[in-house]
Amino acid sequence: MTTQPFISVNGLSVGYTSRTGKIIRVLRNVSLEINRGESVGLVGESGSGKSTLALAAMGYFKRGLRPLSGDVHFDSVDMLALDRDELQAIRGGRLALIPQNSGQSLTPTMRIGQQLTEALRLHSNLDAGQFSDRVVELLTQVRLPDPAKLVSRYPHELSGGQQQRVAIAMALAGEPDALLLDEPTTGLDVTTQAHILELLRDLARDRNMAMLYVSHDLGAISRVCDQVVVMYAGEAVLTGTTRQVLLAPRHPYAHGLLTSIPRLDQTRMPMALDGRPPMPGEAITGCAFADRCALADNKCLTEAPEMVGLSSGELVRCFKSDMIDRMPVPSRQPSRLNRPDDKTGDTALDLRDVAISYARDNWLRTVLSPADGGPPATVDNIGISIEKGETLGLVGESGSGKSTILKAIAGLISPKRGHIMLHGQTALTPRVEDRPAVNLRQIQMIFQNPDDSLNPRHAVAQILAQPLQLYFGLSGDALHEASVSMLERVRLGAHYLDRLPSQLSGGEKQRVAIARAFAAEPEIVLCDEVTSALDVSVQAAVLDLLDELKTQQGTTYIFVSHDLAVVKAISDRVAVLYQGRLCEIGSAEAVYTAPFHPYTDVLLGAVLEPDPDVAPKLIADDVVELSPPARGCPFQRRCSRKLGTICDSEMPPARQLRAGHVINCHIPADEL
Amino acid sequence: MLLLLFRRILLGLVTVCIVSLIIFAGVEILPGDACTQYLGEYQADDELLTQCRKDLDLNRPAFDRFAEWAGGAVTGDLGLAVDGKTKISTIVGDRLQNSLLLALCAMSVGVPLALLLGVITGLWRDRLPDLIASTLAIFAMTIPEFVSATLLILVFSIWLGWLPGIVLTSASAPAAEFFPEILLPMIVLSLVMCAHIMRMVRSSVIEVMASDYVQMATLKGVPYWPTVFRHALPSALLPAINVVALTIAWLLGGVVVIEVVFNYPGLGRLMIDSISDRDLPVVQSIALIVASVYVCVNLAADLLTMLANPKLRTMYMRK
Amino acid sequence: MAGTLHGSKASGSRAIGILKDLVSRPSGMIGLSLVVCHVILAIISPFIVPFDYKLQNSALMLSQPSSIHWLGADHLGRDVFSRTLMGGREALLVTGVATPLAVIWGGFIGILFGLVGGRLDEVLMRVVDAFLSLPWILKMLVLIVTFGTGIEVLIPTLAFFYGIPVIRIARAATHDVIARDFVWAAKARGHGRISIIWRELLPNVLDTLMVEGAMRWSWMLLAFSSLSFLGFGVSPPTPDWGLMISDARGFMSFAPWGVIGPVIALSSLIIGINLTADALAKALGIDRAQKAPM
Repeated sequence: MTTQPFISVNGLSVGYTSRTGKIIRVLRNVSLEINRGESVGLVGESGSGKSTLALAAMGYFKRGLRPLSGDVHFDSVDMLALDRDELQAIRGGRLALIPQNSGQSLTPTMRIGQQLTEALRLHSNLDAGQFSDRVVELLTQVRLPDPAKLVSRYPHELSGGQQQRVAIAMALAGEPDALLLDEPTTGLDVTTQAHILELLRDLARDRNMAMLYVSHDLGAISRVCDQVVVMYAGEAVLTGTTRQVLLAPRHPYAHGLLTSIPRLDQTRMPMALDGRPPMPGEAITGCAFADRCALADNKCLTEAPEMVGLSSGELVRCFKSDMIDRMPVPSRQPSRLNRPDDKTGDTALDLRDVAISYARDNWLRTVLSPADGGPPATVDNIGISIEKGETLGLVGESGSGKSTILKAIAGLISPKRGHIMLHGQTALTPRVEDRPAVNLRQIQMIFQNPDDSLNPRHAVAQILAQPLQLYFGLSGDALHEASVSMLERVRLGAHYLDRLPSQLSGGEKQRVAIARAFAAEPEIVLCDEVTSALDVSVQAAVLDLLDELKTQQGTTYIFVSHDLAVVKAISDRVAVLYQGRLCEIGSAEAVYTAPFHPYTDVLLGAVLEPDPDVAPKLIADDVVELSPPARGCPFQRRCSRKLGTICDSEMPPARQLRAGHVINCHIPADEL
Repeated sequence: MLLLLFRRILLGLVTVCIVSLIIFAGVEILPGDACTQYLGEYQADDELLTQCRKDLDLNRPAFDRFAEWAGGAVTGDLGLAVDGKTKISTIVGDRLQNSLLLALCAMSVGVPLALLLGVITGLWRDRLPDLIASTLAIFAMTIPEFVSATLLILVFSIWLGWLPGIVLTSASAPAAEFFPEILLPMIVLSLVMCAHIMRMVRSSVIEVMASDYVQMATLKGVPYWPTVFRHALPSALLPAINVVALTIAWLLGGVVVIEVVFNYPGLGRLMIDSISDRDLPVVQSIALIVASVYVCVNLAADLLTMLANPKLRTMYMRK
Repeated sequence: MAGTLHGSKASGSRAIGILKDLVSRPSGMIGLSLVVCHVILAIISPFIVPFDYKLQNSALMLSQPSSIHWLGADHLGRDVFSRTLMGGREALLVTGVATPLAVIWGGFIGILFGLVGGRLDEVLMRVVDAFLSLPWILKMLVLIVTFGTGIEVLIPTLAFFYGIPVIRIARAATHDVIARDFVWAAKARGHGRISIIWRELLPNVLDTLMVEGAMRWSWMLLAFSSLSFLGFGVSPPTPDWGLMISDARGFMSFAPWGVIGPVIALSSLIIGINLTADALAKALGIDRAQKAPM
């Protein structure tokens, strides 16, 4: 007799009834098994139904959703047949959830201690007197500093990483046999994310728990999971071991997903998956992925594939799983590798000792404490020179001041000190309002979130018309033609002109934003986290587009991102920032290989590659600093190689290692 | 924290100062002065006018008079009515008490009922109790007070004869003598305020019940009612503080129509009578009192919200 | 111009979409039909009423409803049905003109100070607070008593005082919009202030102002009829619901039918406006119940 798996989902379909009375299926006939001590990753892009599946495993459905068919078993108990009381006993007890974005999942009006005690009262056999000791024990277990003090804090007083740890402690309170994790590290800084994942790995191993880990991030999955299930349009399309799925995926979608991820160890541009997944409720004949698949033939378009087992053990929903090696692989090299060595040498932009401060003078504070010199500047001592046609990547964690620098260049914030020189000679006026028209046109900016950077009330035609009218005075047919040609350059068609942003997908919106920037025929384009709000496959397409436009036009980019692999894929030179101060700058090759600035080392060590053979190395603690130190090295408080008082008191010297590779550190160059 | 408290109180004071300026300037700018208004612009003979102006001290420069008036108001001395004899503080004092009594009665019924209904309709959104209560609330909010008052008098006083439809007690009578006459005006007022607060609470409850942290509490295995009471309501009821404050301010200053319909001797009726009598000094005093109440109540609500909301509390502590 | 051509097409279809959404909701459908009926009646009522609203017939004084006088006659023997049909004309005229005026001036000042910000804005907000802290009826009555009760006084008075809360709403909406990236993007491109206000800000603030305007309208009607009820509104013999209710109230113990007509007429109009405002807010994605009443 075969034993029942610990958690099993069988042929589950979940859906809702639309306003027109049609039943829309969000999950379609999904099956999943998890055994004790096993951790399964659930991967897919936004809208693939992965979170719905995880919540369904707890017998929970969001308002409006309901199970249509299939069943869910937890330790041989039918979760869909339980009543409210029975569910309450299991949820948070033997089966616990660690939510996405704990900042919003912890009750804002309850102290940390109260929330943990509540979990203990519901799911443990302890006496009331033992609760407080156990709470401190749990907080220590998730490696939170000073747990005794933490219990009386409210959630908003903790950093994102600490909130996530509290959520983990809360899940552990019920001594769970199984954990469901819904994107537990999304939105956290890389170092914090790496630490949380290590913690989860250790916990899973120590307690022999079953884990279901939902994420869009294959890097995180590869770190934590033994098995992976790939979801597409509400269906599971590939199931296998992590090694199988990540190293030799047998489904075209999984293959495409993996090739769209930029890697630190590769020097090729990630490859985009064209098209978009079908919306829930859209009529699908045949394979849901067929219209985006390079291998699809007639059969794929007309006949829906079943999940079939392969000899190697995977389950795959594809007719062509034996032909995956015919899938295209990334071949395009980033443009930096094709650049002629004899660079023009012309300077596009020159930042000279720039300092920016957000703090404004408050008359009341000035009256009360006039002696206080104010906090140190948000951004300080930035001296960078950018060549024409070059892409400069700015990396750093949140609070590193990278976006602030872009805003200063765009003239949206005035620097406190220093100059920004165009072409090395004209000093740009600090305020955008005072800049001459020609300078305005030369510098364009693309924002992180196109939902916010495109006016929701303007159709695409109006959006594109703005720079065209403003800078070139176009109107009538000329304007129309220019708009259409801009759309075509970002690989959208003329039929998009009438659409409002709300009628476009995320990737399409960002293309429109790019088209708007390039319509000005700019020399310098400032990219502020332009791919962060997008799915990986869409991100690859945007990166590809940006790289292509640059090659055509010789545009200079300043590319800000928290994602080191993305920055590497697109940048010629990279600058690493910490707390608004420059740590290291040099060519992409130089910065991404030793010797490193200690902070660059920490950042690179924390990157999670979608490869089970690459483990992150964790050097520094994930402490969140709210403001830079008043004196000395900005990284002094977290540095593992700190020399001593010199780091606290003196600005580190700029050490020139090779041509153009500079590291700001007290450690001598040959020891770095 | 102290700094913020200080700043808030300062802003409140500034507002009251501006109000007093507006009131005073408004009366100055209007054609004629208190005496011509009172005695009638064309009929008044010069002798009476001169005497009246002397009684009221109107011959001095406007700035002096403002300083004296404002100074007096701070110490509780509101000056004399336009007849030059009666002290305003005595007239207004009784009426203010009566208005407070009516407001207290209306609030003691309206606020708890509103919170209860708001929570119920929010939790049972789009189901029968919600549909009934929400529809009734729209009627209560939109039908003019004098209409609902008239209908209630028609039903309870004229047809059924259960409650007196009009207040006959004199303005200076002790509070107890206003019963049961006060009941009908109280019901009308609590209906209106109840509807406003209920709608607000309802939408706040719906929003909070859909929040990530309430979902998390459910998935943590917290039973339904503890989820509602411990996790949802503390956040959901916070915005109610400000709405309650606004309705309190409204009850103490704007219920002219109800007081007229029921002949209730409160501030509102005094206000309309003084306006009809062109007794501008009394009007000025009432305006100042009502405005100060408005500012104080809102200030109290802001501070209360700040204290009750851990997020705001620490935000301002750090500042 | 191609750009604006496409733009206007898009915004035109948006308006139609919102209207469709509005009537697809039961509350919007009912509300809108009530409002439309009232407006049509106000326009055509003088031509369809069975009796002259001024005609006094002492024989009919306070008579019961009959097949000729459907709602009976009032204390001066005038036909209540005819007067009810015509009783909303003045109210609709005054509030119909004053509401857009209030939204325009309040919206203009609110947007302006929302953009200027700084100390000037702080001072303005205190003045707005000060005005809001005075009871509406006091502010209005003082002006009406001084200047009279004609339309030429009522319209500017209502428009002025009801525009003040709009300042607050418009200012808050402006703050929300100017913090968004598309405004930053327009600034960074170097568009002028006027262009940013006109093209980026206004279309996004207008939604809020539209819902606000609908609400102001219903509150203004409440205020107008309350003034009439108190005897400070329309002067007799012009028929007005508030005044009619006030008159009929005195005879309610023996002729209660006198109040029924105007009560139903007035309530149905205000409820209609409110339902429309609610549905409009939902169609535009603005949650109206979150806002506190005045």
